[in-house]
Amino acid sequence: MRDEVILLIEQCLNGLQFGLLLFLLAAGLTLVFGIMDVVNLAHGSFYMLGAYFAATFAALTESFALGAVLALAATLAVGMAVELIAIRKLYGRDHLDHVLATFGLILFFNELVRLVWGPAGMNLPLPPFLSASVEILPDVHYPAYRLAIIVAALAVALTLYMVVMHTRVGMLIRAGASNREMVSALGINIQLLYTLVFGVGAALAGLAGLIQAPILTAQIGMGENILIVALVVIIIGGIGSIRGAFVAAIFVGLVDTVGRAFLPELFRLVMTPAAASALAPALSSMLIYLLMAVVLVWQPQGLFPVDGK
Amino acid sequence: MSAIFTARNLVIGALLVFLALLPVYAVATGQFFPLTLLTRIVILALAATSLNLILGYGGMVSFGHAAYMGLGGYVVGIMAKEDITSGFAQWPLALAVCALFALVVGALCLRTRGVYFIMITLAFAQMIYYVAVGLDRYGGDDGLTIYRRSQFTNLIDLSGKVQFYYLCLALLLAAIWLVSRLINSRFGMVIQGSRSNERRMRAIGFPILRYRLASFVIAGMMCGLAGALLANHTDFISPAVMHWTRSGDLIVMIVLGGMGSLFGPLIGAITLLMLEEGLSRVTEYWQIIVGPLLLFIVVYAHGGIDGILASLRRG
Repeated sequence: MRDEVILLIEQCLNGLQFGLLLFLLAAGLTLVFGIMDVVNLAHGSFYMLGAYFAATFAALTESFALGAVLALAATLAVGMAVELIAIRKLYGRDHLDHVLATFGLILFFNELVRLVWGPAGMNLPLPPFLSASVEILPDVHYPAYRLAIIVAALAVALTLYMVVMHTRVGMLIRAGASNREMVSALGINIQLLYTLVFGVGAALAGLAGLIQAPILTAQIGMGENILIVALVVIIIGGIGSIRGAFVAAIFVGLVDTVGRAFLPELFRLVMTPAAASALAPALSSMLIYLLMAVVLVWQPQGLFPVDGK
Repeated sequence: MSAIFTARNLVIGALLVFLALLPVYAVATGQFFPLTLLTRIVILALAATSLNLILGYGGMVSFGHAAYMGLGGYVVGIMAKEDITSGFAQWPLALAVCALFALVVGALCLRTRGVYFIMITLAFAQMIYYVAVGLDRYGGDDGLTIYRRSQFTNLIDLSGKVQFYYLCLALLLAAIWLVSRLINSRFGMVIQGSRSNERRMRAIGFPILRYRLASFVIAGMMCGLAGALLANHTDFISPAVMHWTRSGDLIVMIVLGGMGSLFGPLIGAITLLMLEEGLSRVTEYWQIIVGPLLLFIVVYAHGGIDGILASLRRG
């Protein structure tokens, strides 16, 4: 019994960590959608770039922290450049145009990474103090790095909330989301604000990517699979709502992780082991999509609908 | 009827003659590579035509249409693996499975609008993708080789390259004809009306959801047929067929060729696959060109190729 409880605690922590990672991605997506009304499928590309930049800079500077900071700056710069060159042309256009144009960007970035870094993945080694494990309960050890992720991501979420709700820039962002013309008429450079928001969204995705790089390797196309999960998160949360993204991200992270860990066990209680091992993996990967379907039947606009969207 | 010889009609006519006569060239010269490539193009054009019905005419931006291709293909593949090779069993079942999936997914997705619809169709397609990856008995991630193509007794032999090509072409033309009949019917008018002004259509009293769902199911079945053809063409089916980038490719074909135009998807499919074929011979990194090109087309060339053709005056 004790083993099961420990496993459950560990899986819940893993789920929380995955959920917070999803939030970092979903926050950028939902900000860009809520403020600029742009669907950015290429958001996963920033996640991938964050991982590659971090691996490269960490190898160059021989410091994990310095590599991470440089990688964040680099993804911020790439994000702002993408906004200036491509996304700016798409404001006010049809959503289909956004989907297609950013689909083109994904093709471009995947190929660019293959050209620059080659087809093989890249590893990002952890510094010693993060690769140890911590005793969270008597005789229960948990990797220090995963705990660090949880703390760091929570700090980022809190900072984001404070910036958006309690600073002047945040006020302008919220104002820009509700009435673009009025904000420009008051003499605010809304274009600059958009570039900034897009860049910050990209940097958040880059942060998620560099956090994930030591656990998984940096790979081409790594952004696409997680992007779709992030899309599920913002659909459940309500597109444009940061609060919704946070709640939904934690929820999806927990359901996915705990479901994958315990569904096979549960199935074995009610059916033969062979049937359970055949059915459980398929069903556990469907779980979050089923969750999304249930939420949409109940609330077609997501859990925290944003008015006028 | 004075405008029969427009630039657009001439191009489409020439294209159809080319498609019809290609096997003659292949048989005469013994070069079958162009025929194989064109078979693939025709199959994908069929899939794009089905998507055009809901996207081009109905304004429903489904980003998960490749799922139906995968479903159709997997029904053929799984039945072949279980030694049921009769096409009379495989194909109707493929269509039925696609219809059922489209009905369930459509009933859920069509409750949502705009960007929600795009993302939820994408998510459901991804769900089916992961289910296919999890099918260990049928190859999982690596896919499933199909050792015997669908058998249609003595009616047609799908292993014959020319016969198979003509079958695909005939089905494509039948699909285009069906779409043209549909969109000009009362049913099609409702679909198109609900794209332009949903609220007004509702106010007139049309049960929009039912019409949309019906078109969604028809498109899903048509795309499932394309999937069954594709599985027979490549003798192989894998989750890669329904990867979400494949759904993206289908949308690209439609936009490239011209949305809401009967022959647009065919033109788009030919253009995109020829472009890929040509660029991949020039450089291994051809997507680095296609990506920005796509962006450029979206930003600057809206109506697609068919739109450009339609705007040309003859002479």
